[in-house]
Amino acid sequence: MLYFILRRLVLVVPILIGLTLLLFVVARLLPGDPVGLAAGPNASAETIAQLRQEFGFDQPLPIQYWTYVTGLLQGDWGTSVFTRRPVFEDILTYLPATLELVFAALLLAVVIGIPLGLLTAVYRNGALDYATRTLALGGIAMPRFFLGLLLQLAFAAWLGWLPLSGRYPFIEMPPETITGFYTIDSLLAGDFYALRVAIAHLVLPAFAMALSPLATIMRMMRASTIEVLQQDYVMTERALGLSNRLILFKYVLKNAMTSTLTVIGLYVSWLLGGTVLVETVFDWPGLGLYASQAILTQDFMPVIGVTLVIAIIYLITMLVVDLLYGVFNPKVRYA
Amino acid sequence: MTLLKISNLQLSMKSYEGETPILHGIDLTIKRGEVWGMVGETGSGKSLTGLSISRLIPTPPGRYLAGSIEFQGIDVLKATDREMRALRGRHLGMIFQDPTTNLNPAFRIGTQLVDVALHAGHADPSVLGLSPGASRRQFKDAARQTAIDMLGKVGIPNASERINDYPHQFSGGMRQRVLIAMAMIGKPDLLIADEPTTALDVSVQAQVLRLIHELVAERNIGVLLITHNLGVVAQICTHVAVMYCGRILEAGAVHDVLKRPSHSYTRALLDSVPTVHTKRGELRGLGDLQPEALA
Repeated sequence: MLYFILRRLVLVVPILIGLTLLLFVVARLLPGDPVGLAAGPNASAETIAQLRQEFGFDQPLPIQYWTYVTGLLQGDWGTSVFTRRPVFEDILTYLPATLELVFAALLLAVVIGIPLGLLTAVYRNGALDYATRTLALGGIAMPRFFLGLLLQLAFAAWLGWLPLSGRYPFIEMPPETITGFYTIDSLLAGDFYALRVAIAHLVLPAFAMALSPLATIMRMMRASTIEVLQQDYVMTERALGLSNRLILFKYVLKNAMTSTLTVIGLYVSWLLGGTVLVETVFDWPGLGLYASQAILTQDFMPVIGVTLVIAIIYLITMLVVDLLYGVFNPKVRYA
Repeated sequence: MTLLKISNLQLSMKSYEGETPILHGIDLTIKRGEVWGMVGETGSGKSLTGLSISRLIPTPPGRYLAGSIEFQGIDVLKATDREMRALRGRHLGMIFQDPTTNLNPAFRIGTQLVDVALHAGHADPSVLGLSPGASRRQFKDAARQTAIDMLGKVGIPNASERINDYPHQFSGGMRQRVLIAMAMIGKPDLLIADEPTTALDVSVQAQVLRLIHELVAERNIGVLLITHNLGVVAQICTHVAVMYCGRILEAGAVHDVLKRPSHSYTRALLDSVPTVHTKRGELRGLGDLQPEALA
């Protein structure tokens, strides 16, 4: 087990080296001049040249890459040309907001999607099955940012039940930072007003992100549950008198989880990448918003940094998924 | 004492092509201490008769046209789901053919045994040696202990350790023993074994049959053993019913039926068993005995 994890972690190193190289080269080969943009329209040629020198952009690419990679290992992820702030610090500031949003969306998708998948498999071709099937089709087809706009229109503009955007009201102090997750921090502080405010802000963007994974997880779960229900051992469990509830939510669920788990793992990266769209719509101060602003100013250090963070989270997720396979299917336990 | 009385049971199955009659009036009575073998070729309705006793055939597509199944005074076909569930596992034990697919691969065998024991225990606490007012904790402990004892009884060495293993850690014969333990843990009065040895090799088959035989003798229960194998019937059954095309053609004590078969189909079935005297290439089939001929 420990050996398996270590081996997987060692494999991460070449992946990250390749990824930084690719990102770095592509970002630098793109047309456009971030320094020129940052310096402003009235800057003189000398000012721009001076800035280029300051950021090291006058060096040959291999040397720039070497400087970047050695910096990475020391916690120096480069500096934003535009804001002059160190990228690593920015990422640490924005990451918790994004993770909170992604986890909330994933939680919604799993907690709603899995039971619905089980139930629609048992009552297949019933009313619930048809209704969710239609919704699932819509949920998968609808672009996230558009769904976000619709939700804002309905629940914030018309009904006024939930805040339109943002993570916390500007005029109020968010709970004291412990984990960076406002929901958890307010819980830890025992501040239920802050918890309510944090959740109210979280609901719409999380749901906009969750609908598509929810629909996919539900359909996936339905298909694998139908398959498991036809297994011989389900007949044995029934023949020996176990209740339908016990059979479904204990014995069938665990067997049906394996294939659904793969989908859930894949959706983690999908959600992280999707934050660029949803965070922009909801003005959510996370990595996605940070990256999209950096892209618009061709400020590539933050873009590379954000991409790297997403890649690392993705690699960790896949490792966790592989370990979870062993939980759901004892035959694939790792030696 | 009569355990089970099936009278004129008629079952049909619906499919896209229409409704097909499957069982054409089955009559069968099983008493305590009797081991009934039910033989017949594939598709003759043996398994569906067995499943009907526990009412495990979904309706639809199945439909009972007539008849009744009376088990310990309860009309199975008219009982509520709740009453049926109270019978299953406690009064009715079942074993199926393939030990590799009948244990849930994602759970320890102990978990599966304990759940069945708990179910039987809730139906009748005396199964676990408890009185009705016992606490949850007592139920759990007793169920686990009963599971370990039962595993030991079916011949799994180191039962208290092996109870924590997963099905894939057992061989086929061992898994069938675990399934027998699961079927017997609720101290059933009738055991329905649907081809329990078909998937096993001959030596393991003999062990499993001996085990069933011992458990039957010890607890004086009734058994319905569904099989293709006339050798198995001759080994452990007291009675035999010969099925063909949804009918019981002949039924009675093993000696009478196997020694002096009265029906031509039974004779043909017995003749089709190859012996050392059978010449090469001379396997006898059932010849002209078509379903219509027997109608």
